[in-house]
Formats: sequence, C-alpha cells, structure tokens
Amino acid sequence: MTTNAESPHPAPGAAVDLVSVRKIYEGRAVLAGASLTVERGETMVILGPSGTGKSVLLRHINGLTKPDSGQVYVCGRDIVPLSEEELVEVRLRVSMLFQGGALFDSMTVFDNVAFPMREHTEMTPKEIKDRVAEKLALVGLPGTQKKMPAELSGGMRKRVALARSIALDPEIILFDEPTTGLDPINSEKINELIDDLNERIKATFVVVTHDIVSARTIADRIAFLHGGTFEFVGTFAEATRSTHPVLSDFFRSHTMPAGAAAAPSETAPLAVSAARPLAKGEPA
Amino acid sequence: MHRPSETTVFYRNLRWLRFVDTFGRRGAGVLDYLGGIAEMTVQAVAAAFRKPLYAQEILHQMDESGVKSLGITNVTALFTGMVLALQTAYSLAAFGGKLFIGRVVSLSLVRELGPVLTALMVGGRVGAGITAELGSMTVTEQVDALRAMAVNPVKRLVTPRLIGVFFMLPILTALADLLGILGGLLIAVTELSISASFYFNSIWNQLRISDIASGLGKSFFFAMEIALIGCYNGLNVRGGAASVGTATTQTVVAASISILVSDFFLTKLFLAL
Repeated sequence: MTTNAESPHPAPGAAVDLVSVRKIYEGRAVLAGASLTVERGETMVILGPSGTGKSVLLRHINGLTKPDSGQVYVCGRDIVPLSEEELVEVRLRVSMLFQGGALFDSMTVFDNVAFPMREHTEMTPKEIKDRVAEKLALVGLPGTQKKMPAELSGGMRKRVALARSIALDPEIILFDEPTTGLDPINSEKINELIDDLNERIKATFVVVTHDIVSARTIADRIAFLHGGTFEFVGTFAEATRSTHPVLSDFFRSHTMPAGAAAAPSETAPLAVSAARPLAKGEPA
Repeated sequence: MHRPSETTVFYRNLRWLRFVDTFGRRGAGVLDYLGGIAEMTVQAVAAAFRKPLYAQEILHQMDESGVKSLGITNVTALFTGMVLALQTAYSLAAFGGKLFIGRVVSLSLVRELGPVLTALMVGGRVGAGITAELGSMTVTEQVDALRAMAVNPVKRLVTPRLIGVFFMLPILTALADLLGILGGLLIAVTELSISASFYFNSIWNQLRISDIASGLGKSFFFAMEIALIGCYNGLNVRGGAASVGTATTQTVVAASISILVSDFFLTKLFLAL
C-alpha cells in the first residue's frame, strides 16, 4: 500500500509508517521523500539495486539515522524528534540484524545473546542462561554458547546475531541484507529461518535486500526503492508482472542466467517460478 | 617608481585569499576535532556517575591498560635511571658530580621523566590499542549495534577505558619513579662506587612531597589525554580496515604531542602553585 496525501498519519494499526522521508548525503538525495506503511505482523521486503539507500532507510526506523525532513512513525509514535535517551524505549521494541552480524568479537556467543538481557532486564543468571539456550535453539545453533564469533562461519554468525536480536522479544525486527556474503545454501537456510521465525514470533519484519530469491521466500509484500522513493509496493507476484521499466529490468537481470538475460523471452519475468519453489502466498 | 600591474595585484590577492582559505579550513578542522573530544569528555564523565557502573568492564580495562603495561613502563624507567646516573657522573665529573647523582636522578625522574616517559609508552601501547579496538568495532557496525540495542556507546566503551587509564597511569608512574631510582642506585653502587646509604640519603634530603605530587598530578592529565584521544579517534573511523590503521597512527602522534605540549604548561602551572 503506497501512501497518498489524503491518508492520515500515522496510519492506524501500522507498525512502521514513513512519511516523505528525505535524507541528503554529500549533496545527493539518497532518500527523496520516501513513504511506506508496514502493517503489523507482515514481512515487508525492501528491494532495490545496491547503493540506492535501502540500508540508510532501514537505519531511520530505529533512529540510528535522522532524516533531513519527513516523519518516521514507529508503533504510532514519531521518533524523529526523540533524543538518544528517549529512543531507548523505541529501540527495546525494534531490534536490528546488521549486515555482517555485528557480533561483539570480544565476547562469547553466550555473552552476545545475553547482552541485551543483562543491559535491560532484571533477569537472574539462571533465567538468562535458559533464555539464551532457547533463542540459540530457535536459530538452529544449540550448544554453541562457549564459542567465540571468530570461530563461527559467516552464516552461523548471522544466526547468532539473529538470536541476539530476538533476545528481548521485539515487536519489529529490521534485517539489513541478511543473505549478502553467504553461499546459496546458507542463504537459503537464513531465508527459511526468517520465514519460520516470522510464523513463530509474530513480529513485524522489515527486510532490506537485493536478493530476489530471498524476497520471494520471505516477503508478504515488496517495496521497490529507486531514485530515493518507493516506485512499487505490492506482492511478489505483482512485482514480477509489473511493467515498471527499472523493476522489470531488475527482475530480469537477477533471475535469469547470464546467457539467457541477453535473449528476453515472453515468459522472462516469470521464468524463475518454474525452476524455484513458489513465492510465499502465491497460488500454485 | 614601478607599479605592479592590475593582473599581478589580482594574483597576489588571490594567493593571499587561498592561504586564508586553507588556513581557515585547517583551523575549522582542528576546532571540530577539539569540540568533538570536549563533547565526548562531558558525556563520558557524566556517564561515570550514572548506573549501570560496568564494574567488571572497568576492572578489565584496568588490567588491559595498567597491569599489562607494567613490563614496558618498568623497563623504560629502569634503564632511564641507569643512563641518568651514568651521564650525570660523566658530565658533572669536573665538579665532583658523583655526589649529586642521587639528587639528579631522583629529581629528574620524579618531576619529569617518570610521568612523561610512562605516559608516552602507555600512549603508544594503550592509546593505539583503544583506537584499533574501537575503530574496528565502528567499521564492523558493532558500535551501531550497541546503539540499536539501546546502549549508549560512550558509557559502555569510553567511560570504562577513561576510568581504567585515569587510575592506572599514576600507579604506573609511581612504580616507574621507584624503579628509575633503583636503576640509578645500581649504577651508583656498581660503577661509581657510591654507597647505597649515601645515595638514598642524598635523595631523602633533596626530594620533597611537592616534587612527587607534581609528577603524579601530571600523570592524571596525561591519562585523560591518552584515553580520550584513543577513544575519539576510534569511534570516528570512517571506511574500512585501512582507516583503522590511519586512525591508530594518528592516535600515537596526537597523544605524544599533546603529552609533551601539555607537560610544559602543567610544569609551569605546578611551579606557580
């Protein structure tokens, strides 16, 4: 759902509501009035080529970056005017999975996952121990508590980071390129994990990616960021049928094998669905 | 009389304007840097008085910056004391310099060389370490992760390091003073045939509490400079691994210079008190 001038803000019941967000870096408008509404409980995938400001947009949702103008409503509250201290409350409800995981490499896996609990709750060591074990099991890494991040593979690190980001049962989770830098098998594992997690913990997911396979597996809806604004918002199936020139180009170049991309066929945008499992929510 | 042409005057003015422009930009850069450090200092000090205390982290930092620096600072002090004794005996031989060895060694160490050399060594070891650690945390988004988890990075990262260095550097300095004096004693006894009791007596008669206080007093300031420059440079790394290296080098240079420059003004200040 794209926002228009008449709809009220914040949109009622929306988890995240971005209204005309503008951000200028070194004279270039990375975000030029981007507006987007994310409903509670849905998985919104923000898609777009690299370097189009997807990650910058994501950082606006938990206040890591402030817009030059526009409003960012999180759970109905505009977080733009809030100070770092006032943002604490927001950030306890909105967690973020960073691109490289951003695990504290001086700490063990256990200490990493326990970190938010120690910082923000009065939990006893026993409760923390149980909760860490529970979260690690949830991401498929039970028994890795004593390992250091350096001993883990890239995919495992991301999963530990995911366990850390769900440590305090957030309402909204932001994913910054969850599959970037992973091999296809690990990417698929992460995608399945995100999809599975979405069903289990009933949180709102906002996922930034340029990985179309990832988008088709996990997305309830897709928002295509181009030129600093959202040029398309809809389901994956709608996106594949879109006539938007850049979006259809993007799909073609990312879903076709290199050789086939040169010779477009009538079914090009949908060619991918024949070879891969159906997109989430897409009818068989 | 020949008058310069209008073109000549124009270019002369242009050069002058360029100079002012460059100078102004540099100045603005320096002011930005100092302002940033000042702002971080206020936040870090204010955070030290708010919960949570991060006691464990502070102890860890004391170990890192204090206990693990003992080797380098002690060796430096010991050999400086030994060299001082040799040089004093040599250069003051004509005036019967041997008799003054205890005084010269102890005074120069306690007032000047102990605090400054220790601070330079710690600045190189600990300051660079802090910048490298915080710098790599910054470029791998660990500092952003702290903020995203609603934890203040200044309180979590800067304050414990500041407290750690602030309390450990004076202790390292006191030990360095002691070892330097012992180094001087070693040379006095073995090379210059002065008795240990004479050496200590001459120190005891000469050295005043104010000498020791001014030396140790300085080291508190040096500690702040090392920790704050190290943390600030680390947290402000932009880019990748190469920037971390540059920032680390910059910390060693900036910390050394600020120690040596502030030493002069602190000496003036303590002499005036």
